[in-house]
Amino acid sequence: MITLAGVGVHYGPAAALAGVSGEVAAGEWLAVIGPNGAGKSTLLRCIAQLTRHEGRITIGGQPVTSLRRRALAQLVAYVPQVPVLPAEMTVADYVLLGRTPHIGYLRMETAGDRRICASLLARLDLAAMAGRALSTLSGGEAQRVVLARALAQQAPVLLLDEPTSALDLGRRVEALELIDTARRDRSLTVISAVHDLTLAGQFADRLLLLSGGQVVTSGPAAAVLREDVLGPHFGTAVQIVTGPDGALVVISRRDRGPLRPPAPGR
Amino acid sequence: MAVACAALAVAMLIGVSVGPAGLTLGQVAAALLVKLPWLPHLAVPPVAVIIVWQVRLPRVILGALVGAMLAGSGAAYQGVFHNPLADPYLLGVAAGGGLGATMIIVTGASATLLPPAAFAGAVVAVTLTYLLGSGTGRDANRTGGSAGAIVLAGVAVGTLLTAVQTYIQQEHSQSLQQIYSWILGGLSLASWSDVVLILPYAAVAAAVLIAHRRLLDVLRIGETEAASLGVDVTRLRLTIVAAATLAAAVAVAGLIGFVGLIVPHTVRLTAGASYRVVVPVSMIGGAAFLVLADVVARTVQAPAEVPIGVITAAIGAPFFLFVLRSRRAQQDLA
Repeated sequence: MITLAGVGVHYGPAAALAGVSGEVAAGEWLAVIGPNGAGKSTLLRCIAQLTRHEGRITIGGQPVTSLRRRALAQLVAYVPQVPVLPAEMTVADYVLLGRTPHIGYLRMETAGDRRICASLLARLDLAAMAGRALSTLSGGEAQRVVLARALAQQAPVLLLDEPTSALDLGRRVEALELIDTARRDRSLTVISAVHDLTLAGQFADRLLLLSGGQVVTSGPAAAVLREDVLGPHFGTAVQIVTGPDGALVVISRRDRGPLRPPAPGR
Repeated sequence: MAVACAALAVAMLIGVSVGPAGLTLGQVAAALLVKLPWLPHLAVPPVAVIIVWQVRLPRVILGALVGAMLAGSGAAYQGVFHNPLADPYLLGVAAGGGLGATMIIVTGASATLLPPAAFAGAVVAVTLTYLLGSGTGRDANRTGGSAGAIVLAGVAVGTLLTAVQTYIQQEHSQSLQQIYSWILGGLSLASWSDVVLILPYAAVAAAVLIAHRRLLDVLRIGETEAASLGVDVTRLRLTIVAAATLAAAVAVAGLIGFVGLIVPHTVRLTAGASYRVVVPVSMIGGAAFLVLADVVARTVQAPAEVPIGVITAAIGAPFFLFVLRSRRAQQDLA
């Protein structure tokens, strides 16, 4: 379980995050939603200890600030919004980097590390491209390779910053299905920042709406994906449509004020 | 790796065989072999033995060591600073080394103090660069400054130290020639004592750099992601920069430019970009390159010698432009 108590980040006088508290249960998928600049990425970076913050964050009861970097990396895998993909590095070598927290300081990877990565590549349908350079991958392939690297860390907590932002509609669903499968296979706790509210509602167990660095509300999709909740924070008209299977679809609309009938004669 | 080792062996053989004394290949081979304990009765003119063992061999070995250090440190700087144009000249290391050496020369102190003084100057330069560069950039508190900020700081520190060095040089015009010959580099007075002097430093620097080859690969995905994989990025960068600076500064032959640029990039183009390959193969390739450059330096205008820094710069400057104009460099610097 992850607990946050009064987590805040200040850049000068401006607060990027203020007084964020809450819990994420083991095995839960929490989607952090909110407008640009709401503090979604900052929150993930706090949990991964990549940004200094106030307040207290614990994972499994242990305060993260008391953990050494390597110990933390064995607990938490983090994928930034735009991962750095060295052009000439091969897929296999890149995924192997995920084993870093399990390899001694000046040691090299063992056969065991290579086995773990090979089975991940096979599992994510990447085995055929193991020898390819990262620069030759499509957006969807790159996303899977990055996920494979994160899973190679074998950390129980997976932090994903906008895992689908660069993908087309089909690849988005595919990527999230992959994350969901991995989560169920390995009972991972997933916290992801997500822009696509519709998909966030369909995949995550719970949504956390951030705005201006503060928690507005959190709860299941039905409680958060509401026109009156989202509208004020995204600064646009929002319409929620319930699909035939009960899934909520969030539509953003151009705000033209009250609808008027078309002018006569046109 | 095998190709690089073979190239080094060939380069060293050429280096030992070429010289103004006009020894035949057979005489050189015999002179080399006569020191083996089971071949004491080989017929070799004593002068050939002296030329090979006291003049040519230390020069070739010193050249190999210096080349290995320069290429290895260039490869490491490029990895730590994510900058394909980084070489020991970046970070003001060369300027710091030059200032340290100049101060020893003008004070007339013992020449054996040259390498330690150059190292001290280089350390001062790299420390200044690191302190200035780490105070800026995004998330400086966590990652020790962005690579770009450090490169800019290095340029500023280098310019400042070069200015100080030029001033001292002008104040002591009687030492001008000595300073110039050091700054442009030369292996002409190499002796076994020079080899012995730098060997321990070189061994330590090479061991540290080779031991960090896997972690240099981790740094390729950037400071933030390396940190998220459990790497203490600040400490790692400091360790590698210290070893690379030690490697660069122990070039007792003076400042020899561009070896740290040409060799690692040639290795990347031919053997792949992983630092597991780039670090060790650059060292071997750098050794071979410098031994051959020295052969050119002492033959093109024989019996006069061209400073070896002139030869490496003549090859290095066009190569630098080639790297600068290549697509990859432009992407990396963008």
